[in-house]
This record gives sequence, structure tokens and C-alpha cells, in this order.
Amino acid sequence: MKIVATKPKSLTGAKYHYCPGCSHGIIHRLVAEVMDELNIREQTIGICPVGCSVLAYDYFNCDMAEAAHGRAPAIATAIKRLLPDRFVFTYQGDGDLASIGMGEIVHASLRGEKITTIFVNNTLYGMTGGQMAPTTLLGQVTTTSPYGRKAEVEGYPAKMCELLSHNEGAAYICRTAVNSPSNIIKTKKAIKKAFQTQAKGLGFSMVEVLSACPTNWGLSPADAMQWIEEHMIPYYPLGEFKVKGE
Amino acid sequence: MQRVLMKGNEAIAEGAIRAGCKAFFGYPITPSSEIAEYMARKMPAIGGVFVQAESELAAINMVYGGAATGFRVMTASSGPGISLKQEGISFLAEGELPCLIVDICRGGPGLGGIQPSQADYFQATRGGGHGDYYIIVLAPSSAQEMMDFTMLGFELADKHRSPVMLMAEGTLGNLIEPVVLRNPVTEFVDKPWAITGCKGRQPNIVNTLHMPVEELQARNKYLTQKYEAMRAQEVRYEEFLIEDADLILVAYGIMARIAKKVVLTAREIGIKTGLIRPITLWPYPYGVLNKAAQTCKAMVSVEISTTGQMIEDIRLATEGKVPIHYIGEIGRTPNPEEITQQLLVIAEKEGLR
Repeated sequence: MKIVATKPKSLTGAKYHYCPGCSHGIIHRLVAEVMDELNIREQTIGICPVGCSVLAYDYFNCDMAEAAHGRAPAIATAIKRLLPDRFVFTYQGDGDLASIGMGEIVHASLRGEKITTIFVNNTLYGMTGGQMAPTTLLGQVTTTSPYGRKAEVEGYPAKMCELLSHNEGAAYICRTAVNSPSNIIKTKKAIKKAFQTQAKGLGFSMVEVLSACPTNWGLSPADAMQWIEEHMIPYYPLGEFKVKGE
Repeated sequence: MQRVLMKGNEAIAEGAIRAGCKAFFGYPITPSSEIAEYMARKMPAIGGVFVQAESELAAINMVYGGAATGFRVMTASSGPGISLKQEGISFLAEGELPCLIVDICRGGPGLGGIQPSQADYFQATRGGGHGDYYIIVLAPSSAQEMMDFTMLGFELADKHRSPVMLMAEGTLGNLIEPVVLRNPVTEFVDKPWAITGCKGRQPNIVNTLHMPVEELQARNKYLTQKYEAMRAQEVRYEEFLIEDADLILVAYGIMARIAKKVVLTAREIGIKTGLIRPITLWPYPYGVLNKAAQTCKAMVSVEISTTGQMIEDIRLATEGKVPIHYIGEIGRTPNPEEITQQLLVIAEKEGLR
């Protein structure tokens, strides 16, 4: 019998705590598949955030550190500087990266830190119960924007790829989604390219993944995937924003 | 043995390099910046890492990442910067990540001023960060001790798997004195817990999250036992003429040196005076003060602080056995003559002259 698909070695096999229809499971697997394919599991150190993926250290089968809220890029900076031949990645949500950790991600990219960031954007704070994030769309109802986000009150949703791609130190910046099989395949390709960018020492790399939160969006898993297509992608266009060395 | 003239801040940086420190992560702030500047010059030459962080928050989290790899790493700052680092120090303590944090104190609160101060005593010894934790705090009183305690700090950090703080007044940071250069450290403890890539072993995890109640309780119990061990093993202090003393001054850092002169002058006047100098501000020499309180008539806390901060530890130590007086101000380092004048008033009040 020929095995055509199996659990990646870079995942521990621990049971996910994620809600039904949450995209973290898919994205964890994609990162792990890339680590397997590049054969870097034993040279990789991951940093997980505060948020729904805070327990990612239980799922990735490599050395892991758990960060204070938003500080993963600073922690990754030090690890990569002291161990320059290792692969270092941060796995961060949108509250973690685009709100409290805005300073750290901007400066890590400005410095051109040779790290890879997996940025999971689901437009809100999932773990704390669905509060507004910098990425919450205009008009979107959350527990702290109960009348819908208004530009004149809460400002505009943060476009992190567009923002960071302007920094000279950023070598690879790409936005993808995991709402369809073809987009999942594209996401994996982007993650691989980000790790390869790190291997080449070209600078900072980030893949922003548009991701579903059916629980806090109040949608079924299938409807949540549709919501990404209809509401998120029009505001957060997919594609590569910066590719150095090509 | 090489003896050179060095600024206190430079002695810290050179001591760190000699202790095997491989990375410095910092943010400029007066009066500590010479440490970062020294490291920026020297680190490239020894193959070490120097990063000027975008903020104190980033700097302390870089220390977290660096310490997690097992290398000896450090940061340095002053009062307002240390306040910002406190969240990170709480994480370092819980994550059991050895590192050195230097606080060259300036006056507060708020932006305060850049003059010398000891008003960071609370935030150094009480953990401005959240949760039940302590860190060892060393208080040098000379440029030589700036170097020696830096090296000792790294040793204690590794021994107890804990952040260690070196706290000194801005005066000491900028004081130029002869320093004997110590031999570089060549032997280091193994750190099998470090995250370096899991080649040939199970993955390591550096984590401070403990959601199950039992796990959180067990973790805190374990840390409490560790703090008990530090209390038992690491109390350091110096006694000066306390055997027959009626009046005992308690002072640390630069103030301890000044207080020694006060002790000698007061004795010439006929007041039997002594000095206890805590070297570790945490763990504090409670037992030593308690014992001294059984034979002396009064104690005086001498601090560069207006309200007095260490005085609370003196009260805890002496359990109401003797009256506790206070001499202190902020903004400058008081000289021996003015302290002596105030001491005479206290001696009179206590019927000691």
C-alpha cells in the first residue's frame, strides 16, 4: 500500500484545541509540511503569540518559545542573531501583531531580521471573545464595536502587507487565504518561499493568511469561508507585495 | 594583574564581556547609556551581538529570546526604562531564563531627572512586574564592584536559572576609579533546556503559560521553593563596627561608602556608631539586622530617596525592636558632613549624646 498523505513530522500530533472551522489547524499543517519538505525541523525555533494560537508550542514538533503579547519578533530577533544558521519563525494573530506588537513587527522588518512571520488575520481577537482588532473591517460588528466599526470613530483596518512591504529590510511579503483548496495550495507555496527567503539571508519575510473565525463571526464554517471571499479579500487583496532577489 | 581607570558603567560592560556575555540588547537612557555604547564598540570584535532595540519592551524581550538560547545576555537601563521592562522581567522569572538586567538609577517618579537616585529600590526588589516572583538584586558601591558584581550576577543567574539585577546610583555609573581587570570566565554550566534546534533530542519549550489550575499551583510552589533557596544561599552584606554600636546606619551602594566616613566621624564625637551594608537588596539581610537590633538603641536608613524605600525592609527586619530614623533626599548624593549633622540630631533625640 502506498501512503499518499500522512501527518507531517513537524507536528506533534497533539489534539488541537481550536474551534470547528477555525483556520489555525490548516495553517499549522502548512507550516509543518514546509518544515518537513525543507528538512529543517531540527534547525527550527518557533515563537508563538498570545491569542488563540498561544498553545502552538504543543503542536509544532520543534523547539518553541511562548512570547509576551506582541513581542515575538523581538524574541525572534535575539534568537536569530545568536543562532544565525537556524530557522526562526513567529506565528502571530492580528491582535498580537497589528495592535500591541505593531512596534516590534515594524522594526524587525526595518532591520531586515532574517526571520519568517506567519501572520494569521481573522479580523478580531478570537481568544478573548471576539473584540475589535486593528484588522476589523469597516461596518463589522464585534463585541467592542457593537454598532459596527466606523472609520470616523475607530479608524481604518490595518493593511500590514502593504505597510511592511515599504520597508527596505522586508524581502518577501505575501498575502494569501485558506478559504479554498487552490488558495490553501498558494498559501503553502508562499510559506515555503518565505522560509527559502530566510535560508538565502535576504531579509525579513512574512505571509499574511486570511483566516476564518466562525465562532466569533457567528457563521457556520462553510459560510465563514464564503465571508473571507466576499468581505476580506476585496479589502485585503491577495498576492505578493515584495519579492527581493528576483 | 592589570589595573586601569574606568567609569563605573564601563566596568559593568567590560565585566559582562569577561563573564562571557554574548549579547547586549538596549535602549538609550541617561545615566546608563555608556554601557550600551561600550557594548556597541566591543561586541563586533568578540563575535557577540549588539542590538539597539526600538523600545525598552523590545529590548527586554530580546533578552528573553537571547537567554532562551542559553547564551549569557544582558540589558541596561534606568528608572523609567526599567519600569517598561517589568512585564518582561516577570516573564523571564517565570520562564527561568538567566540574564543580567542593569539599573543605573535616576530620580523619579515620572520622567524625574537624570541625577543619582536610589528610588528604584521598590521596583528592583519588589518586582514591578505581575505575579509572585523575586529576582536577586546586587548593589555595588565602587567601580571595582560594578565589574565584580556584574560577573557574580551572571554566575548567580545561571546557578538559579533566574534574572539578576544589578542596581547602582547614577553617581556610581559615572564615577571613574581604578579597576582591577578580572580574568575572563572560561567554564559555563550546561543548559540542556535551551532552545537551539532539537537535533538529536526532543523539542524544548520555553513557556510561561499554565492554564490548568493544578499546573499553575505546582509551578508557583516550585518557584517559591527556589526563592527560599536563594534566601538561604545568597544573602550578602557587610558589617562595619556594629559590635558595640548604639546607633546603626543602614546604607547600600555609594551611600554605604559615604556612611562609613560618617561612622568614623560620629565615633570621634563619642557616639558609638556602626554600619550595616546590604549587598543583596533581595534577598535582604533580615536576620543580620534583626540580630543587631537586639543590641543597638536605634537604626537609621540613609538613602538617596525622599520618602525612603529600604526603610520598609529595615522595619520588617527589626520587628519594632528599635526606633528607625531616616536621612535621605533625592537629586544628589549627600556628603558625609551633612549626614553627620543630621545624625547628631537623631543621637540627641535618642539620648545617645
